[in-house]
Amino acid sequence: METIVFSLLNGIIYGLLLFMLSSGLTLIFSMMGILNFAHASFYMLGAYFAYSIGSVTGFWVALFLAPVLVGVAGAAVERFGLRRLHAEGHVAELLFTFGLAYIIEEIVKIVWGKIAVPYKVPAALDFPLFELFGSQYPAYRIFMLVVSLAMLFALWYLLKRTRIGLIIQAALTHPNMVAHLGHNVQRIFMLVFAAGCALAGLAGVIGGNYLVTEPSMAFTIGPIVFVVVVVGGMGSLEGAFIASLLIGIMQTFAISVDATFSDLFGWLGLSASSELGGISIPSLAPTLPYLLLVLMLMFRPRGLMGAREF
Amino acid sequence: MNQQGTVLDTVSDLGPSRRAKFTRRVLPFIIMAVLLIVIPMLGPSRTALSLLNAIGINIVFALSFNILLGQTGLLSFGHAVYFGLGGYTAMHAMNWIEYADGGFWGSYPMFALPLVGFAGGAFAGALIGWPSCRRAGIPFSMISLGIAELVAATGLIFVSFFGGEEGITGDRMNGVEMFGLNLGQVHQVYWFIAFWTFVGTVAMYAFTRTPLGRLTQAVRDNPQRVEFVGYDPQQVRYLAFIASGGFAGLAGGMSAVNYEIFTPEALSLAPSGLVILMAYIGGIRYFAGPILGAILLTYMQTNLSDFSEAWLLYLGLLFIAMVLFAPGGLAGVVIDVTNRLGKPGAVQQFVKGLVAVATGMIAFFGVVILIEIAVRLTNGHGEVFQPFGIGLPSTSLMSWAIGVCLVAIGVFGLKFTTKQVGER
Amino acid sequence: MSEPPVLSLRDVKKDFGPAKVIQGVTLDIAPGERHAIIGPNGAGKSTLFNLISGLYRPTSGEITLRGKTISGVKPYRINRMGLSRSFQVSNIFSNMSVRENVRCGVLYSMGYGYNFWRNIGNLIPVQEKTVEILDSVGLIDKADQSAALLAYADQRTLEIAITIASGADVVLMDEPTAGMSHSETDRAIALIKKATQGKTLLIVEHDMGVVFGLSDRISVLVYGEVIATGLPEEIRNNALVREAYLGDEAELPGVEA
Repeated sequence: METIVFSLLNGIIYGLLLFMLSSGLTLIFSMMGILNFAHASFYMLGAYFAYSIGSVTGFWVALFLAPVLVGVAGAAVERFGLRRLHAEGHVAELLFTFGLAYIIEEIVKIVWGKIAVPYKVPAALDFPLFELFGSQYPAYRIFMLVVSLAMLFALWYLLKRTRIGLIIQAALTHPNMVAHLGHNVQRIFMLVFAAGCALAGLAGVIGGNYLVTEPSMAFTIGPIVFVVVVVGGMGSLEGAFIASLLIGIMQTFAISVDATFSDLFGWLGLSASSELGGISIPSLAPTLPYLLLVLMLMFRPRGLMGAREF
Repeated sequence: MNQQGTVLDTVSDLGPSRRAKFTRRVLPFIIMAVLLIVIPMLGPSRTALSLLNAIGINIVFALSFNILLGQTGLLSFGHAVYFGLGGYTAMHAMNWIEYADGGFWGSYPMFALPLVGFAGGAFAGALIGWPSCRRAGIPFSMISLGIAELVAATGLIFVSFFGGEEGITGDRMNGVEMFGLNLGQVHQVYWFIAFWTFVGTVAMYAFTRTPLGRLTQAVRDNPQRVEFVGYDPQQVRYLAFIASGGFAGLAGGMSAVNYEIFTPEALSLAPSGLVILMAYIGGIRYFAGPILGAILLTYMQTNLSDFSEAWLLYLGLLFIAMVLFAPGGLAGVVIDVTNRLGKPGAVQQFVKGLVAVATGMIAFFGVVILIEIAVRLTNGHGEVFQPFGIGLPSTSLMSWAIGVCLVAIGVFGLKFTTKQVGER
Repeated sequence: MSEPPVLSLRDVKKDFGPAKVIQGVTLDIAPGERHAIIGPNGAGKSTLFNLISGLYRPTSGEITLRGKTISGVKPYRINRMGLSRSFQVSNIFSNMSVRENVRCGVLYSMGYGYNFWRNIGNLIPVQEKTVEILDSVGLIDKADQSAALLAYADQRTLEIAITIASGADVVLMDEPTAGMSHSETDRAIALIKKATQGKTLLIVEHDMGVVFGLSDRISVLVYGEVIATGLPEEIRNNALVREAYLGDEAELPGVEA
C-alpha cells in the first residue's frame, strides 16, 4: 500500500513534468509541422539558467525569469533559423533542430562544465511536508505538483478562453487553416515556438533540481518526450497528457517493484537462474516507454488520441 | 518488323550515350580502385593506415544511411543500431570461427566476415523495419529514435549477446585465409577494408540502378503517385530499410575485424548522430556525398578532437551552416562550382567567390577565437589560446574584443559580397 | 448493355464528418465505353474518382471492377487489377527525367515488381515499352529533360503518359485538359482518344465541347448524386440537367464538336 501510494504520487509528478515538455512539443508540431529535436535542450537551458540566476537572485526570481529567457532564446531560433528553412520542408527543419541540440549541449559544456552543477532544491521547500505510512514526503515534490497543475490550468485557460487560443485550437484540428491566417502567421509561429520552449524551460527549472542538472540531461529525457507524443497521438494535447501520466506512472512503478522476470513468469517455467529470468523489473524501467511505443505502433499506429494522419 | 527496328534504335539513342555512361558510372569506380591500390604504395604510417581503415568503415556506413535519407527520404535517428547489430553478429561469428571444430565456421574465411555482418544488419532491419516503416516522414524519425533507445537499453541488459559494458572481443587471426592475408598487421587489414569499401560502394551504387532503387526515389518524391502505378510505398520503404540495414551491418562487420571489439556504445545515439552529420555534410542528394562526408568527419574526429575540446561544437556549427546555406552539402558545393566554371564570366565569379570565402574565413577565425578562449576560461586548466603564436588570454577583455570584431567584419563582409554574387 | 459492366458502383456513399459528399451513386460502365462525368464545381466528381481508385474508402455501398469488389482495397492493388488514373493537379515525379517518370509507370506491369538484382538500364522490354509510350504521346524529344522543368501542357501530357503506361484497360482521367489552351486541348483529346482505343475510359471534364465530342455516354453529378445518365443526345435534351447544371446560359455545343 505504501509503495503504491508513493509510486503513484511520484509517477504523477514525473508524468506532469513530461507533459510540460510534451505539450510544448505538441503545440509546435501541430501549428508549424516542426518536430523540435532540440526541445529537451531548451529544458536543459531552463535548468542551467535557473541555477545561474538563482545563485544571484534566489530561486523564486529564477522560477519566473529562466523560462522567459528560454522563451526568448526559442524566439530567436525561430526568427533567425527555422523561418529561413520553412520552404525547404520539414525534414530540413528537423535536421536544423537536431544540429541545434548538439550545439546547445556543447555550449552548456563550455559555460557550465562537463559534470553536473549543484542546482539544489530551495531551502524554503527543502523539508518533509507530511508523513505517510511512516515515511516522509518532501515538500518540493508537492510544489512541483502545484506548479504543474497551475501550468495545466493556464494552458487550458489560454486555449479555451483567449483569442489566440482559439486560433491555435482551430489550427490543431484544421492544419490547412494555418495558411489562411495571413500576415499574422509568422508572428503566431514565433509566439507558439517561444511559448513551447518556455514551457520546456519551466520544466527544466522545476525538474533540474529534482532530477539532476548535467549536459546529458537533454538527451536522457528527449527521446522519452518523443515517445509520449507518438503514443498520445501526434498533435493531440489530450493524448500527450494521458501518455505523459501513463509513462510517468509506469516507470515509477517499475522502479519500485522488487521482482525479476522469473518471479512474474515462473509459472511459464522461466527459471531464475536463466538470463531472461534473472532480469529485474527495475532494470527494465528505462526501456518501458520504448516498449510501449513499439506495442502502440503494432496495434494502434495513430496513437491513443490521434485523429490526424501524418 | 521495320517498326520494331526503329523502336529499338530509339532505345539505344535514348538516355545517356555509352561514353557518358562510362564517364559517369564506371570511371569513378576505376579511379576509386586505383586510389585504393596506390595509397599503400606511398608508404603511409601506421597511424595513417588506421585512419584510412576508419574512413573506409565510415564510408560504407554513411552510404548505407543515405539509402534511407537521400534515396528514400527517411530520416533515421537510430542507424547505428544496424551497424551495431551487424557488428555484434560478426563479432560472435569471429569467435565461432576461432573455436570452430570443422563444420561451417571451421571453413569460413575471416575475410568474408562482413557478409555475416550484412546478414545480421539486414535481419535486424527486417525485424525492426516492420513496425517502424508503417509511418513515413516525421513520425518515422521519432519512431527510429525510440527504437534506437530501446535497443541501446536492451544492449546493457542482455549480457550474453552484448557482453555488458565491456562488450565482446575476438581475434581476427583465425580461420581460413583469403588472398593470402592473415589480417595480422594494420596494412593487411587495410587491404581487407579497401576491398569491402569498394565492394560495398559498388553494390550500393548498383542498388540505385535497380527497379527497387529507382522506386525508392519515386517514393521519396511522390509516395501518392507510386500507389497509382501499382506499388505499395510502405513495401518500398521497408525493402529499402532492409537493404540499408544490411549495408550498415556490412560496415559493422568491417569494424569488427578492424577493432576486434564491439561494445553497446556502438548501438547508441552518438554514432547514430554522427552518421547523420557525415551524410548530410557530405551531401545527401549525391551518391558520392556521404563518401566526402565520411572522409572529412573521420579525419576531423581523429585530428580535431586532439586540437580542441570543443570539436563537436565546430561540427554542430558546420552542420547547421550546411543545413541553412548549402543543403547540397560538400558535393553540392563542388558540383555548383564546377558548373559555374565553364560558363561566361567564370573568372569574375571565381574571384568574387574567393573574396566571399576569405571573408567567411575571417568570421570563422573570430568564432574559433571566441570558442577557444571560452573553453580555456571555464575548463580551469589555465592554458592560454595561442593562434599563430599570439597569446590571447581568456581573462583579457582584448581577446574577446578581437574575436567579436573578426566575427562582425566577416559577417558584414559576407553579406556584402554574397549580395554582389547573387546579383551577378 | 447486355455485356456485364466492367466497372460498377452500387449506392456508393461518402461522408466527411457531417458533410455528405457522395450520396448514393449507382453507375455501370460497359467495357470499351467512353464515359464522361460532368457536374458543377463541388459536385463530388474528384471524390468519386478517389473512391473508385482507392484513395478513399466509401462510407457505404460497393464498387466492383469486373465483378470483384474494389471498395476499400488499397490503390496499388486496384492499379494491379487494371485500373489506372490521372490527377487533376499534375502528380508526377518532379525530380526525375520524363523517361524515368514513364518508366516508373511501366515497371510493375512488366513484371519487375520490387526487383533489386537487375540493372534497370538492361531491362530491354521496359525500355522499349517506355519509348513506345513516349513516342505515342509525343514526348520522345523531351525524354531526358527534368520533369519539373517541362512546360505546363507537357506536364499534363506526362501525367497522361504515366497513367496509360501500365496498360490498364480501365482508365480514369480527372480533368486532363484543365488549364490548357485550345490547341493544346485538341491535341490532348486526340491523344486520349488514341491511347484509350479499345479501353474503358471514365473522364471528368469541364469543357463541354470535349465532353460531347468524346464520350459515348455521360453522367451528370450534382451534389453527390447522379441526376442523369445517358447518351450525349439524351443529356443535352434532359430538362433536369438543363435546370440543375447547365442553367439559363445553356448553350450546349452543337454537333460540330
